[in-house]
Amino acid sequence: MAEDSIIETRDLTKEFSGFTAVSGVNLRIRRNTIHALIGPNGAGKTTCFNLITGFLRPTRGQVLYDGRDITALPPAEVARLGMVRSFQISAVFGKLSVLDNVIVALQRKHGLSFQFWRPSSVLNVFIAQAQSLIDDVGLSDYAGIPAGELSYGRKRALEIATTLALDPPMILLDEPMAGMGAEDTSKITDLIRTVAKNRTILMVEHNLSVVADLSDTITVLEGGQVLAEGPYDQVSTNPAVIDAYMGGAHG
Amino acid sequence: MQLSRQTLFTLALLLIGLVLPHFVYPVFLMKGLCFALFASAFDLLLGHVGLLSFGHAMFFGFAGYVTAHAAREWALSPELSILLGVLTATLLGLVTGWLAIRRQGIYFAMVTLALAQMMYFVAVEAPFTHGEDGIQGVPRGLLFGLIPLNDPLAIYYTVLAIFVLGLALIHRVVQSPFGQVLKAIRDNEPRAISLGYRVDQYKLLAFVLSAGISGLAGSVKALVFQLASLTDVHWHASGEVVLMTLLGGGGTLFGPTLGAFVVVIIQNSLAEAGSWVTIIQGAIFVLCVLAFRRGIVGTLSPWFAKIGIKV
Repeated sequence: MAEDSIIETRDLTKEFSGFTAVSGVNLRIRRNTIHALIGPNGAGKTTCFNLITGFLRPTRGQVLYDGRDITALPPAEVARLGMVRSFQISAVFGKLSVLDNVIVALQRKHGLSFQFWRPSSVLNVFIAQAQSLIDDVGLSDYAGIPAGELSYGRKRALEIATTLALDPPMILLDEPMAGMGAEDTSKITDLIRTVAKNRTILMVEHNLSVVADLSDTITVLEGGQVLAEGPYDQVSTNPAVIDAYMGGAHG
Repeated sequence: MQLSRQTLFTLALLLIGLVLPHFVYPVFLMKGLCFALFASAFDLLLGHVGLLSFGHAMFFGFAGYVTAHAAREWALSPELSILLGVLTATLLGLVTGWLAIRRQGIYFAMVTLALAQMMYFVAVEAPFTHGEDGIQGVPRGLLFGLIPLNDPLAIYYTVLAIFVLGLALIHRVVQSPFGQVLKAIRDNEPRAISLGYRVDQYKLLAFVLSAGISGLAGSVKALVFQLASLTDVHWHASGEVVLMTLLGGGGTLFGPTLGAFVVVIIQNSLAEAGSWVTIIQGAIFVLCVLAFRRGIVGTLSPWFAKIGIKV
C-alpha cells in the first residue's frame, strides 16, 4: 500500500496563532499520477504545498516522501530528494537570461556552484542541454532575453523547463494556469501532460476544466480539511462538494 | 590584433589611472581608490545578492587598525600587515555573516549595524587602537623588501595595482558559476531554495568575500594615510559606502568606483564648508534615490551597452 504512494501526509495540521489553516489532512499521492488539490480560497491548498515542501513546519502531523519522514527537513533538502515545486507568482530569475535560468538549475548537481574563482564560461558545457529543455517548452526564440521580460505564459513555461532541468520524480505546481489566456492554458496543459509521463505531479488549480482534463485524482479541501477525494467524475457529483465549493451552480 | 570595445574601454580607464597622479595630488587619488574598492566590495552584497549591510565599516576600519598595529608595533612588512588586516576582516565577516544571514531585509541591516556598533565600542575602549588618537605615524615600509612606499608614486602605483586586482576579483566572483547562483538568489530566493540551493551557504561565502575585500581597502588606506582612526569604524563610514554605491550605481562594474570618487571629491572641495558637507551629501542622496534610482552608471549603462561596452 505504502509502496504505491510517493507522498503521504498523516494528520497534517498547521495553526497560525489561533487560526487553523490546515487541519488533520491525510493525503496519499500515488506514484506517476497527476493529483489536483482544489477548493475555495483560503481552503489551505497553498499551505499544504508549503508544508509538504518544507517551506512551513506543521504544528502537528507528518510528511512522508518515498516512505521517509521528511517533516523536519529544510526546503532545500526536500528539493534535493527530488521534489521540486513552483510558486503561485511565477518563479523565474528575472535579470538572468532564459538560458541562464535553466543553466542555474543544471549546474546545481555538478559541484561547480561554490567556485567563485572560475569564469562563468565553465558553464558553457550546459548550453546544449539547456537549449534543448528550452526548445521542449517552446521558448527557443527567447533564449537570450532576460526572463523578467517574458509574457506570463512564457514565464510559466520557463519555470517548467527549469524544473525539468533537475529531472525530479515529483513536481508540485501551484496554480500553473493562474492569470493565463486560453491559448497559453492549452499549451501548458499539453506540457504538463507530457512532463507527467514518468513523474508524479501534485497541483493546485482553480481552472476546473484543466483539472478535469489532467487529473487522475482530485482532493477537495475546505476550511483546511479534506472534503472529498476521488476521480473528477466522482468528486464533481459529490453533493457536499457541489454545495460547498461549486455553490450549487455546477452543471 | 582586433581588440574589443570592452577591452579598449578598460585599457583607457587603466591609462587614466596610470597618468592621473602626474596631474592630481596622489594622496587624494589613493583615498578615492581605497573607497572605490570598499564600495565595490560592499556592492558585491548589495548589487549582486540583494543584501544591504549597514555595518561594513567594521571590516574596513578594523582591518586598518590591525594593519597599522602590525606595521608600527610589530614592524611587519607592508604586505604582511595588509594580509593580517584582510584576515581579520575575513574572520569578522565570517562571524557577522553567520549571525546576520539568518535574517532578511531591514533585520539583516539591523543585525550588521548592531554588530558594527559593538566593534566600534571595542575600537573606542581597546588599548591597542589608542581610542580618540587612533594609531598614528604608521610606517609604510618596503613592499616585498624592495619598493619604498614612502615614495609618492611607488605607493600610488601599488594602491592602483591592488585596486585593479581587487576589482578584477569582484568581477570574477560576479561572473562565476557562484555568481550566477548569487544572482538567482537575489532575483528569487524561494525559487533558488526550491531548486535545492542551500542559499545561506552562498550568502555567507559572498558576505565573507565582501568583508575580506573591504578589509583589503581599509588596510591599504591605513598605510596610505599612515593612520588608523575611529572615523573608519564609525557608522558614518557604513552609511557613506551605501551612498557611494547607490550614487554610482549598484550591481554595475564601475558604478561604486565612480560613486566613491564623486563623494570623495565633494568632501574635499567642500572641506571648508564644515557641516554643510553632510547636508549637501544628504541632498544628493535624496535626489539620487528619487531621480536616478539606478545611479549614475546604472542610468548610463543602456547607452554604453549599445556600443558594446558593459560598465
